[in-house]
Parts: sequence; C-alpha cells; structure tokens
Amino acid sequence: MAELKYTKDGRLLFTKEMRKEYKILVPNMLPVHFKLFEKVLQKAGYDIEVLTNSSHRVVEEGLKYVHNDTCYPALLVIGQMIDALNSGQYDVNKTALMITQTGGGCRASNYIHLLRKALKSAGYEKVPVISVNMSGLESNPGFSITPSLIMQFVSGIVYGDMLMLLNNQVKAYELNKGESEALVNSWVERLLEQFSHGKGMLGEDFRNNLKLIADEFDAIPVKRVPKVKVGVVGEIYVKYSPLANNRLEEFLASQDCEVMVPGLMGFALFKMDNRLDDIVLYGGSSIKYKFVSFLKGFCTKMETAMLDALKEHPNFTVPSPYAHLRSLVGGVIGYGSKMGEGWLLTAEMLELCESGYENIVCTQPFGCLPNHINGKGMIGKIRKVFPHSNITPIDYDPSATKVNQENRIKLMLAVARENLNERMTRESAEKTGKTTSVTTESAAESI
Amino acid sequence: MRIGIDVGSTTIKYVVLNENNNIIHKSYERHLSQITEKTLGVLKTVRELTGETKALLSISGSAGMGISEACGIPLVQEVFASRIALKHLLPDTDVAIELGGEDAKILFVTGGMEFRMNGSCAGGTGAFIDQMATLLNISPTEMNEAAKTAERRYTIASRCGVFAKTDIQPLLNQGARTSDVSSSIFYAVVNQTIAGLAQGRPIKGNVVYLGGPLTFFSELRRAFDDTLKLKGVCPENSLYYVAIGAALGADTEIDLDKAIDTLSSLKAVGNYNSIDPLFSSKEEYEEFVQRHSENTIERINPDTYEGEAYYGVDSGSTTIKMVVITPDGKILRDKYSSNKGNPVPQVKEFLEHFYWKYPKIKIVGATSTGYGEELIKNAFSLDSGIVETTAHLTAARKFMPDVEFVIDIGGQDIKCFKIGKKGEVDSIFLNEACSSGCGSFLQTFAEALGKPIAEFARLGLFADKPVDLGSRCTVFMNSSVKQAQKDGASIENISAGLSISVVKNALYKVIRASSPDELGKKIVVQGGTFLNDAVLRAFEQEMGVEVVRPAIAGLMGAYGAALYASRHSTGSSSILNAQQLASFFHQVKDARCGLCSNNCRLTVNIFDNGRKFISGNRCDRPITHRKADDSLNIYDYKLKLLKEYTPVPGERGKIGIPMGLNMFELLPFWHTLFTKLGFEVVTSPLSNRKMYLLGQATIPSDTVCFPAKLMHGHIQTLINDGVQTIFYPCLSYNFDEKKGDNHYNCPVVAYYPEVIQANMPDVEKVDFIKDYLGIHRPKDFPKKFQQVMSKYFDIIPLDEVKVAAAAAYAEYNSYLARVRARGEEIIEEARSKGMHIIVLSGRPYHIDPEINHGIDRIISGCGAAIISEDVVSNRVEKFPVKVLNQWTYHSRLYSAAKYVLTQPDMNLVQLVSFGCGIDAITTDEVRSILEGGGKIYTQIKIDEITNLGAVKIRLRSLFAAIEE
Repeated sequence: MAELKYTKDGRLLFTKEMRKEYKILVPNMLPVHFKLFEKVLQKAGYDIEVLTNSSHRVVEEGLKYVHNDTCYPALLVIGQMIDALNSGQYDVNKTALMITQTGGGCRASNYIHLLRKALKSAGYEKVPVISVNMSGLESNPGFSITPSLIMQFVSGIVYGDMLMLLNNQVKAYELNKGESEALVNSWVERLLEQFSHGKGMLGEDFRNNLKLIADEFDAIPVKRVPKVKVGVVGEIYVKYSPLANNRLEEFLASQDCEVMVPGLMGFALFKMDNRLDDIVLYGGSSIKYKFVSFLKGFCTKMETAMLDALKEHPNFTVPSPYAHLRSLVGGVIGYGSKMGEGWLLTAEMLELCESGYENIVCTQPFGCLPNHINGKGMIGKIRKVFPHSNITPIDYDPSATKVNQENRIKLMLAVARENLNERMTRESAEKTGKTTSVTTESAAESI
Repeated sequence: MRIGIDVGSTTIKYVVLNENNNIIHKSYERHLSQITEKTLGVLKTVRELTGETKALLSISGSAGMGISEACGIPLVQEVFASRIALKHLLPDTDVAIELGGEDAKILFVTGGMEFRMNGSCAGGTGAFIDQMATLLNISPTEMNEAAKTAERRYTIASRCGVFAKTDIQPLLNQGARTSDVSSSIFYAVVNQTIAGLAQGRPIKGNVVYLGGPLTFFSELRRAFDDTLKLKGVCPENSLYYVAIGAALGADTEIDLDKAIDTLSSLKAVGNYNSIDPLFSSKEEYEEFVQRHSENTIERINPDTYEGEAYYGVDSGSTTIKMVVITPDGKILRDKYSSNKGNPVPQVKEFLEHFYWKYPKIKIVGATSTGYGEELIKNAFSLDSGIVETTAHLTAARKFMPDVEFVIDIGGQDIKCFKIGKKGEVDSIFLNEACSSGCGSFLQTFAEALGKPIAEFARLGLFADKPVDLGSRCTVFMNSSVKQAQKDGASIENISAGLSISVVKNALYKVIRASSPDELGKKIVVQGGTFLNDAVLRAFEQEMGVEVVRPAIAGLMGAYGAALYASRHSTGSSSILNAQQLASFFHQVKDARCGLCSNNCRLTVNIFDNGRKFISGNRCDRPITHRKADDSLNIYDYKLKLLKEYTPVPGERGKIGIPMGLNMFELLPFWHTLFTKLGFEVVTSPLSNRKMYLLGQATIPSDTVCFPAKLMHGHIQTLINDGVQTIFYPCLSYNFDEKKGDNHYNCPVVAYYPEVIQANMPDVEKVDFIKDYLGIHRPKDFPKKFQQVMSKYFDIIPLDEVKVAAAAAYAEYNSYLARVRARGEEIIEEARSKGMHIIVLSGRPYHIDPEINHGIDRIISGCGAAIISEDVVSNRVEKFPVKVLNQWTYHSRLYSAAKYVLTQPDMNLVQLVSFGCGIDAITTDEVRSILEGGGKIYTQIKIDEITNLGAVKIRLRSLFAAIEE
C-alpha cells in the first residue's frame, strides 16, 4: 500500500508507488477523443478510467460540494468525480483523480483547487489529484508528461476531430440510419487496437489511417438534400459535453440539421499561440518562444495531414486551418484576448459563417467571464462582417431548463429555415432564369 | 380555414381565420397550468363553432412545445409567429416589442432582421408585474391606474424580477406611495427590456407593442414611449399576434377529430426525475407531528390577566408580526398578518384594539425589529429597536438555550446564522439577489394553481414521487414546473418538490452547507415558511437531523423583540398610549436630500405633533444636518486623491480616460505617463445613475458585473463631451505584487475594452485606443507603448517614453504609498479613540459611490474607521492558500484576511459585485481564512441596486457580535 506523501504546502502527492497501485479517474468531455486518450495513458502504464456516469446525481453532488456561483463545468466535473467515488465501484484508498489545468486567467484554472475542497468536505481527503497542465503548475513524482505522451495526445486529438467532423457531415444525410455512428465506433476500436500495439499514432500509419477514415465515411450511402447547417461553439466543456449541454447535438439532429462542431486541435494551437502572443505583445524569453514554436509547428503538421486527407473528398466541407481562423479575427478582436476560449471563440464563429454554417449556437456556462467578451460581446460585430449570421447565445447551468433553451434554439432554427428557403428559391430562380420569386414552403410567405 | 393556438406561460389564445385570412373566432384566457385540458377545450370549441373537420392548424408558445411534441400538431416558434403576423398585418413595422407572461422579445424587422428573447435570467414580464401587484396588494389593473398619478420615480433593479422585489419591499416599508412605486415598476420593466434585449441596437422607427402586459397597461406603454422617445403603436388584436402567426404559418392540414382524440387519450407518463417521498406512512407523519407539538409557549388569557406586559413587533418584508407577553414570557396576544404594503395602520389598529379590550394590562416595554424597525419605532415611539438577528437569537434561546444554528425562512428572506463559542451571532447568511427561493416562492405557485399556500403545501405531504426541481430561483422554477407538468407530474408531487427545493435553496445556495456537522446539531428553525410541515420535513430529511420548530415559528422575531423589551425595561414605556393614538397622524412626502453629491431621494414620514422620520438616506446628515465624518474613511480619501490628477494642457493632444474598473487604481500611472509626454489627460466624471442609463442600451451581456456595465456610460460621456481620443487599453496582466502565483486581471477587467469597441456605435467617431499593453514588464513597456502610440500619433522618441514611463511607475508607487500611509494614520487615530477598524475589501473600483452605494458611509455611521485591503495586504508574507492565487487584486484579499487575524480590533467586510465569477472563488477562501482564525466573515453583495436594509442587518449584526 503506497504511503501518503505531501508537499510542504500540504498538497497530497501522486507517488511512483501509487502509479503502480492506483486507479486514476478522469472526467469525460469528448466521448471519442477521451477514449483514445485513455488508451494512450494506459499504454504509458497508468490505470486510467474515463468516467461515464451522467445521472442527475452528478449535478446533485456538484451543487452540494461546489460554490453554486462557480461555473457549471466545474460543478459537473467535480460532481462526476464525487459521484464516482460514492458509487462503491472503486476502492477509494487506491483511487486518484486527474484533471486538466490550463493556467490561464479564467476561473477554470481553479477547478483543481475547488475539487480538493470538495473532496475534503466529502471525506475523500486521501484521494490524490493529478494536474495535467503545460504551465508547470503542479508536479507529481508518479506522473509526468513526456514529449512522447504529448505527441500521442496530439494524434488522439486529430483522430477525434476527424471522426467527429465526418460523423456530423455524414450522419445528417445517410440513407441507413446509424451507419455513420457505427463507423465511428468501429474506427475507435481499430485505433485502440493499433494504439495498444504502439501503432497508428504517427508517420505513415497515421496518414494512412486518416485517408482510410475519409474514404470509408465517403463510401456511406447518402442523399444530400439542403438542410439547415448549424455550428456549435462556446466554452470548451459545455460545447462538447452532452452532459453539460443537454445533448445539444442530438437535439439539433432531431430538428433535421447538419451540425458542425469545431475540433479540439484549434484550442490546443490557440493555447500555444497565447504564449507566443504574450511574448510579442509584452516581451519575453526567446528560448520559450522557440520551444513553443516547435510544438506549434508539430501540431500544425498534424492538422495539415487531416485537412489533406479531407481535401481528397469534395463531398466534405473541409474546415479552415488554424492559421486562417487566426487571420479572420484581425480587426475584430485582439490576439491578446486569451483567457478561456479567448479570440478563438470569435474566430470559430467567423469561420463557421464563412463556410456556410452561419446559424450558430454559442454555448456558455451561466456567468462565464471570458464569454462576456469573446462570445456575447462579439456577436454584434460578427453581424457587421456577416450580416446573415444567425447566432443564439445559450446559457447552461443547473437551473437552466431544456424547454427554455430549446425554445431559443428553435427561434434561431426558424430564422435559419426561412433563410434557407429564400436561398433555394433564389437559386432555383436563377437556374430557370426567372427573376421573380415563386412559392416557398411556408404559406405565410405567399400572403 | 386556418387555426392558430398560442399556449403561453400563463394564458392560452387562439384565432380562426377564414379563406381571406380574416379573424372569425378568437379567445384569450388564463390556463392555470392545465395545458392539455385547455388545448383540448380550444379544439372542441373550434370544432363546434365552425363545424369544420379539417383545418390548417399549428400551435405556438412556450407551453405549446410540449403539446406539439405529444400530439403531432406542427409548431411555429412563437417569436417567429409574431414575425409572420407582422409581415401580414403591419408590414411597415421596424421594431416590435412583445411582452408575455414570462418572456420578453424584441423583433428588429428592418435593417437586418434580428429576433431576441430574454435570457434565462430575466423576469421583467407579465408574471413579474402580477407579482409586484400582489406585493402592493392591488390588482394589476389598479396598479396601472395608480401609476397615472405618480409624482416621482424610484430606481428599481431592472435585471431580475426577484431582485426588483427586494428593492420594492423596503420602499413600501418606508412608506413610499403606491402610485410612485407602481409607475417605477413599469419603468423597471422598460429598462429591463432595453438593457437585456436591445444590446446596442437602437429601437427606432415604427415601433409596435404586442402581448398581454403592453395591451392591458397604458402606463407601461407610456413608460416605453417616454424612454424610447417615440410613439409606439399597440395594434388591434395585439394579444393575438402569435396565434395569428401560427395560423398563417400552418402548412399541414389537421383532422380536428383525430387531434381531439389524440389529445384526450394523452396520458402523461410520469417520466421525470423524482426523489424520496417526505413520509412513507401516516404513522410516520403522526410521530413527526407529535414530536413537533412539544415546542410550545404557554398562552395566558388576556381577559383575566392584570399587570405589566411587553410589546414586540417584527415588521417584516411582507408580513407584520406582533406579540404581547407577560414578564415570564407567556403570550397574551399575538397577530400575524400581511402588511398590505404599509405596516403603520396595522400596528395602530392592533394597539387601539388592545388598549380598548384590555385596559388592565399595562405595556411597560416595547421593541421593534425587522425591515420596518425604524419606521415603527418612530411612528409609535417605542423604547428600542434591535437588529433582526438579535431578535431571533433571543427567541430561539427560549426554546433551546444551547442552540448552535438558527434558520429563518420568511416570505422574502432566508436568514440564518451560527452561534459562536461566546454565544455571539456569527456567520450570518442572508439570501442574495439570485437565490431567493423562499416562502413567497411557494405562494406564487400556490396562487398560480388557485390554492391557498397552506393547503398547497399540505398536498405534498404524502406525494409518492416528489419532482426533483433542484435548487434555483423563482424565475427558473417556473419553467421547471412547466416541464414537470409536461412530464406528467401530479400537483401533489410538484408541491412536495417545491417544498424540498425551498430547503435546498436555503442549504445549498444561501448557506452552502455540505453536511449537518457544519451547522451544528442544535438547530432551531423558524419563520412562516417552516409552519408548512412539508418544508420542515424536507429540511430534516435533507440535513439528517431532528430540529426544533417552535409552535410560534412565524412569530419568533416579534417574540424575541418582546423578550428584549422585558429584559431592558425601565418599568415604563414611551409607547403611544390610547389617547395619543387617537390623534395619531401619518403622512408620507418625498424630498431630495441635496446635502451632498449623493443627492439621496428621501422619504419623509410626518407624524402628529411635528414628529418626523426620514428614510432613504445613506447617512445621518439630513436628520442631524451635520456633515458626515469622513476623516477615518479611506474610501473617501482615495476619491479625493484621484481628484488631484487634473488635466494639464499639452502640445501633443488630449487623451480621455474612462473612470471605471481598473482605472481607479491605474489613473496615477497613465495620467503621469501621458502628462509627461505632453498630452492633456481628461477623465470622465464620477459615476452616477444618469451616466449608467446613457450607456445601458449598448451592453451586450446582461449578466456581466455592474462595474463593467457602468463603463459604457463613462465612454459615452467622454464621447459626448467631445473627446477625440479615448485611451482604455486591454491588460491581461496587472502589476506583480509577489503575493500570489500569478498576477492576472480578471477576464472582464482585462478585456472589457474589446466589448466597448465592438458594441458602442459612437466609438467609431473617435480614436479608441484599446491595444494590449504589459505594465507588468517595466523593461519592455516603453518600447511596446511607443509602438502602440505610433498607430495614433506621430512617433514619440523612445527616450522620452522611457523617462515618462519611469515617472509613471514612480507615481503609481507613490500613490500606493500615500494610500498606505493614510491607512496607517487612520489605524492609529482609530486606536487612540478606541474605535473598531473595518477592512472594507473588494476591488479598486469599489470606491465608486455608484458601485458601493455609500456602504462605506453606513459603516462610518456605525462608528468604525475604514481602511481598504491594499492598506494592509503588503504587511504579510506570501502564504499558501487553498485556491489558485493568480489575480493581483484577489491576492490582496487573502493577504488582508490573513493580516486581520493578527489584529484584535480589525474585522474584514468583503464587497462582492453581483455576477463576479471570480468572487465565487475568493469569498469561500476569505471566509475560510477568517473563520480559521476565529474572525467573523461578512460579505456584502452589491449590484446596480442594493438593498441597503439587508446590508444594515449584516453590518449591525457584525457590530453586535463585536460588542459582545
């Protein structure tokens, strides 16, 4: 049994012995990505489990142990972990928790501390918490992020992004319902198999896989009819986690929409860029600049590999590379706005408008500080650039009800449908050479 | 034939259109949450009236969604439906404003179509107006009538309905006129709509008013006209636009008989999250009732009693409670009733009746407490007034001498406190703006369902599957209940769910307890809400302890006041006698204080014999006519210091600086930098309400903190004053004071210039410098600053910048040093006079009187000296805290708290701006540092409007505890 060791500030450490004996629980955010990360860490010798518990007890526990004015993701993430510890499924004397820490100026960097407080109140003081961060915030003898791990994570991000993207683009049009989803699952299995043999993560394997994924998705029989295209952006956890956003993607699918959710790679590149921008804006070390530039170069290469694989398939909308997103916000918001999702959130909305997904749900936890700036604060300005943008900001917290949220989304969709109908009418009129508008679907339009 | 049905949050409307799209039938009625039944009724009526079996039919409205899903009638989203109707009926419309039961919408039709609905935290709607009318004890129609004769307007929070309620209550208690309050409520709705929905888009052109409230209340329309400076139109059929739009938008022919069949056979399945029932059996309930029946106070028949007695009155937010007790604490008479908006007549009536009925009983001591404490004490010349917490503790001890925790849930407030080791009131928790699920909350729902509150609460006792409604505020709860109804929850299960959620609100939102051990085992519960067995049971269940509920749970404040009167009696009382009561006279007048720049609105209560009571003021000046003593108030000193940074004309041009957020501390830096470089620096004046309203329409996010919202007004003022260049840079980082792990600004302080630039149209008229600067790196700063400035001005030689920057850094340090030196003087002087010292902590911008609402003056009025957190934060070494300590301003809080532990005569009071996400983290940590060292933690939440009544309770309780 591993001995409990503390830092001089009293923080419980995750020791090397624990690495051998302990199970590490990780909260979920993105189902596909996190399955791949889980495998990467297992391969590196950690007994990792990504949590899937999502009953309303998760929210209950969160409300109980986290300050209710704290952002919703903190409440859910901590609630999910406490609920897991309460479940009896784990030996709490041999369990550790893992959580990411960005180290930015947003409240999110504090999750780990809130988690420790919650653990203390819930009587789990002896459960160590591991911080995963790139800012050198907290270190643990039993856990270290090696360059190899980083590279594997990056490939996990690319696969996850690719599968999520293609699934969304195919699912809405597939002839046999469920085929696309099944292909995602099959690829996750295949990738996990490859990963467990140390394969598929880099180089030739990696590129071949990407090509194969694109080919197989393109082979799914579809009927492409014009549909309302909706982009989902926002605070990273709420945007991705179905637990947080009341299954937003499912709801949009039920409303017959095609959904586009920008991938995780953009966020990773953005966080690296922040460090570079800080140096440009305020001055700083050139060694740090070089190191971060190198990492960014690597990620960009991986991103390019994915985009190249997609470009072979004209049926798919290829997302813009990160560099293009960055260029889009020039003149709209400064690159110094880096807390939370920062200017990337604005950039993603602009990019979605540009690529035909001008109907957007901008998700955020109620009272999210950076989103006052980069989300809600920029919607008006985006409208000036793209007058057709149709953005609805939706707040998520334990009090918000699905009815309310869906009603607002439905309003956005009603406008989107009208725009779509108008465009189709215009296009068909152009085709047939007529100049006046003909009929539309809605009877009201003909009155 | 076309049919449109609009099922809103409170009403159901339908129209039937003929081939020419003319209305042939229509109706509007309240649905009392019986959505399925009423919709069915509509279909049957239409079927009968028209004799048609098929029609183009669709449904709309927030409560219509569920029906649509359940029986396959197509849905037209409600705002979109309005738009369809407008296009058809009023094609010239530019903007439509539609208020409904619980929703507010603005449709910008021309110049870029855009539709907006209120976010989830917004309540200034029909339901809100109804609630306010209930509070005033008149009907909404009467409220509209009353508003016509209004003479003055009060500022009422326009963000959230629940919050507005807490603004109105003190006004009523202070005797404000119904007509003025009514009119103010309508203006609050207008401000709410504009601030929450316009978000920078001007409302102009042909404006149309739709929906119930705007149709029924002429004064609401007038308030909109007045505020928007235009004449809007409320068209014929303004109640039916959504229904008309739904009819016009219908594209599916529906077989009416089939639809009626489907709807009739619609059985809700009871598919919702449920929690354990309150009682599993009748026996369990009886045992519970038996146990609680033991905590009683003996009553004495007043007809047979002769001798001395004591009078206690608790003038609460919605109710008034009075008791008369014997010297040994037995009850002679008591009364618990609604204060009907004005407590004075109730007290008069009670006393008159008492004197007449019981001439042999002599009142020899009288004490008041509660919100109306001062008013009642002055009106009836009582002997004393005490703070509510003291009153409740006094009463609680009568039942449980070693009580550890008292929780009181009243109509509008939750008040609870722990009792410290020395028996003092410690750790007070009051419900803040956004967590007010209290008694009135149960009442609102009971009324919506047409039942008295006691009966409604009782329904839940034996509910088998209580709905899990979680903990949330009333506005949210409405939609949760709606959802539960949709999911088939019975009224019993909803009732039980609501009682449980009242308890959860108190525990998890107000107290934020995670286990019973935190509160102690000895708990006394009181307040009218606990008289409902369902609430009491839920509390015991949730906490897992058995508690004491005195049989007089609703009277505890008054009883405590009476006990206090008996203990402090001098043998006779100054209370008005029967004769004096006969000539009692009470009149309310308005006035402006005008004795200082705050220019408080005053409510002057005039009584017989020229007796007066003035309320609405922050200080004693209008009463004593003595100038407030600000000599030991560092907030006042800081404001004076900032005034020293005056414009110096320079050859390079003129720079305008908005005096908001971080500028309160960085002005010395920027002022020196620019002045040295030959720029004239002008600042926007100190904030005021008018300035806020000037910028309110350009705020894009209604949930951002008030200090940030104020920034819009400052910028607009500078632009209106003709300033051509405004300097308001983005600053991710603040100075590194080496007390934390990093030195960030919070995201709002750091990047608010981006929001200003993106949302204030007039900013385009000027040079707005919002570039990113790094003042935390003095070495790199001059070069970076030079680069930024070269975008707007001729290039400034670097040497010059370096010299100016050095002077700026020096000036900033000297400013801090002066503040600290003055702070030290205040501490010394206070100590020499034996005064308490309050470390009034927050952010630099909390010195703005528009933000702190004169709370500093209230504290000096209590006889304490005031210093700020930065005065002492440098006196402790860096130490580990249990949160990530990465924001400069916030690190000071932890340090100040730590320092206070070492100073017996210092206490910390933390000002927290509502909506400050970071303070969700700091408050818990500051509390734990203070309580870890045996100090009392006092937090004051402030917003656009602040309930100074609640603030005074906190502060007085703090001082009462310090005294002990």
